[in-house]
Amino acid sequence: MALTVPRLRRLDPLGALLAVAGATAVMFLPFVIFKSNRVVPGDPRGLLEVLPAWAAFACQASLLLAATAALGVSNARVRLGAALLGVTVVALAVAAAGDALTPAGNKVVRVAPGAGVWVLLVCLGLLATDAITRMRPGPGRRVLFLAVFTAAAGLALAHGTFDHLSVMREYAVNADRFAREARQHLWLALGSLAAAVVVALPIGILCHRVPRLRAGVLGTLNVIQTIPSIALFGILMAPLGALAGAVPLAAALGIRGIGAAPAAVALFLYSLLPIAANTVAGLKRVPRAAVEAARGMGMTNWQVLTGVELLLALPVILTGIRIVLVQNIGMVTVAALIGGGGLGTFVFQGIGQTAIDLVLLGAIPIVALAFSAAVVLDALVEVMDRARQ
Amino acid sequence: MPGMAAILRLAALALLLAFLLTPQSFAPLFAPLTQYGAPPIYDQGNLLTLALAHLGTVCCAAAASTLVAVGLGILVTRPSGAQFLPLSRTLVNIGQTFPPVAVLAVTVPLVGFGEKPTLIALFAYGLLPIFENTIVGLQTCPAAVLEAASGMGMSARQRLLSVELPLALPLILEGIRLSLVINVGTATIGSTVAAKGLGEVIIAGLLSNNNAFILQGGLVTGLMAILLYDALAGLERRICRTAHLD
Amino acid sequence: MISLENLTKQYGATAVVDGVSMVIERNSITVIVGTSGSGKSTLLRMINRLVEPTRGRVLIDGADTTGEPAHLLRRRIGYVIQGYGLFPHRTVAENIATVPRLLGWDEARIRIRVAGLLSVFQLDPGAYAHAFPHQLSGGQQQRVGVARALAAEPAVLLMDEPFGALDPIIRAKAQDDLLDIQRRFGTTILLVTHDMDEAFRLGDRVAVMSHGRLLQYDRPAVLLTRPADPFVSRMTGISDRAMRLLSLTTAGEAALPGASDGPAVAASASLREVLSELMWCGAESAAVMDADGTRRGRLTIAAILARGRPG
Repeated sequence: MALTVPRLRRLDPLGALLAVAGATAVMFLPFVIFKSNRVVPGDPRGLLEVLPAWAAFACQASLLLAATAALGVSNARVRLGAALLGVTVVALAVAAAGDALTPAGNKVVRVAPGAGVWVLLVCLGLLATDAITRMRPGPGRRVLFLAVFTAAAGLALAHGTFDHLSVMREYAVNADRFAREARQHLWLALGSLAAAVVVALPIGILCHRVPRLRAGVLGTLNVIQTIPSIALFGILMAPLGALAGAVPLAAALGIRGIGAAPAAVALFLYSLLPIAANTVAGLKRVPRAAVEAARGMGMTNWQVLTGVELLLALPVILTGIRIVLVQNIGMVTVAALIGGGGLGTFVFQGIGQTAIDLVLLGAIPIVALAFSAAVVLDALVEVMDRARQ
Repeated sequence: MPGMAAILRLAALALLLAFLLTPQSFAPLFAPLTQYGAPPIYDQGNLLTLALAHLGTVCCAAAASTLVAVGLGILVTRPSGAQFLPLSRTLVNIGQTFPPVAVLAVTVPLVGFGEKPTLIALFAYGLLPIFENTIVGLQTCPAAVLEAASGMGMSARQRLLSVELPLALPLILEGIRLSLVINVGTATIGSTVAAKGLGEVIIAGLLSNNNAFILQGGLVTGLMAILLYDALAGLERRICRTAHLD
Repeated sequence: MISLENLTKQYGATAVVDGVSMVIERNSITVIVGTSGSGKSTLLRMINRLVEPTRGRVLIDGADTTGEPAHLLRRRIGYVIQGYGLFPHRTVAENIATVPRLLGWDEARIRIRVAGLLSVFQLDPGAYAHAFPHQLSGGQQQRVGVARALAAEPAVLLMDEPFGALDPIIRAKAQDDLLDIQRRFGTTILLVTHDMDEAFRLGDRVAVMSHGRLLQYDRPAVLLTRPADPFVSRMTGISDRAMRLLSLTTAGEAALPGASDGPAVAASASLREVLSELMWCGAESAAVMDADGTRRGRLTIAAILARGRPG
């Protein structure tokens, strides 16, 4: 009887890279940083020092499983499952370490994830990203992945799983302000986007209809995009301040040289180019035959524009809106420097106080917001593009 | 029209140089923006030195990003690196949703204050557009041209150096231009983490409530970014024209 | 002389080229025809090893090429493809100089060779040497493509649908030029096409391929009169096979002794053209004239018609 010997598969090169990086992180980098209060320097702790032996062992076994999958399994679903298991286990282990290192009722000690955790999360994230890329999920599935992941993270946060970690400690102290700044952040990003759509869409249509205008208008908008955000904020502060000083009504409406007004105006200006340029590109892409046919059937100019041209150009215009939204979410951060509020407030406060946890309290939601906006709008563009064909 | 553009370009350059070399001669212009006798022109450092430091940081980071990004772009478009291609594309897409400020803010705790976090953030963020454009440039070389190159007996290396890279050059340059312009802006914010640069002027203005400082910093960085963008766009056009790649 | 021995290319279980053996004579034009997916391009690309054969070997002048590094082999075999693949970032002269540079020729020799080729291909060196490909017409680009392939004086030239992108009038001119070039340089040419007219017009011998197999490989007239396979007769066309056969013979070859008071025709004209001319003029016979104006003989309608029958 012949034994079936399992054929040794060639090692997956990406898997090998990630497994080595992950193993190094577990062995040589601190798992968590312990501080007896917010200002003292941290004290690195390894996985075995902070968790009971059985838990540390279970954690390492799960990570070993993920590494094995990364090295030798080619099925993308299995790889994704292994990566997500790893992420969950690492997150729970960090949370458990926070609980274990915090004496009951103590609100002064700080437990933060160490470099080891960050490296592990990056490796597992890469493994998951690679698996998802190989699975080529459709737009619906991608949004579903995002929703499930967001729900899981939201549930864990609401349940208080991570309450003993330093970022959440910062959150607990700033909870009211956090809600306010997050609202302000979204408000600035979306408000300037909405205003830009209202203005840039007609500009784009005009540039499409009057080619003579195109180079000049798009060139000017391009120059605005080139000016660094903080510089544009600064440049706008002077005229807006002067306006508020000269026109009492403007001041009464909340227009001031400092604060949200210059930020909103700057974001609005930045948003014009991608939307106008994509409107032009989208309208250019509309087949002439479709427009001719619509005219031939007796549609009015307005009907041709709204019923045929804009409809067919919509995916490209939406791509422009996606670019603007992601760009705005990031740029609002800088508005905090001129008193415009938003989550950037925590980032710059944290930088000022050398408090990384405060930086992360601002930076993590910003990145999550921008990433989610990109996933959702990309999916929307893809659905529309498919519907067109 | 091109004449007009050239005049504007020269005027912008002249204005920038004049301001950096003799800032005090602009004092009367900025004086109305100040209150309570505050200095109308930034006086806590030499503007020219700051501008050069700013440009130096930006260019160093861009040079490093170019080397790494073009190298990686070549690697993932070779047959041996092809399996990393889908992942690298996804990573570039994800990476571009990270705001540059967030990259900077997260780097500070890792390496401390000063030039280092700024350089690292500029380097990391600058990788993305160059990497993406290198991949697109190398992948959109016409198939017939590549087939002809191999068919005539070029080795893989000869084909890369004398056909693929020259054809991808305009796109790679565009990537470098995008990343330089983003960097000029991000480096300004680097001043909040104590990097030397023009951001200092704006921050000083914000701290002392001096609109003149804010406007000066904004105008100088804005002009620098626009001139840099314009110069590189011109270089790209020239290369395209001499190589007839339009 | 090129010998293909049992040349096979398999992708997984499917054989794209299946056990093809054939001998390509020196100083001749051999045309491979077949429908798309017949494996004709793959067969061609195995000769310069752009595709590595799964089995079988290629011998050039009796020497097995299997062990030779592929890029060195390719430098001594000319290669022309549809769309030409001219380097858009290089001038016409630089494009033509590609292989000589790879082979390390000295600059003076390259310059002479490039100038010579440009004039052979009717491209004024003064006007075109420093032009870029996008500044040329389609026909000029095609000529540069062939000139580039011939630059290092290869004994063998492989052509994959080289005229596919040209309009009919320019294509006819390019085909004439190719026949001329072949006579001038004595190059062994192997050309792939799906156009039967082109195959009959250019090929000393024609190979018909289908589903990776070589069905018949012979002189064009034999393909018409004695097709080895129903597919071959479908490819060569049944409805106008007599006319095709007539187009394979020139008036000079078929001329009979004697004089005619009918229209004068050139000795290089095909019998098909002569027949057409006779029908048009309502004449019974034509006078065949050589290029220098001397009388070669005569052709009657009956003699022409007899040539349009098999056997």
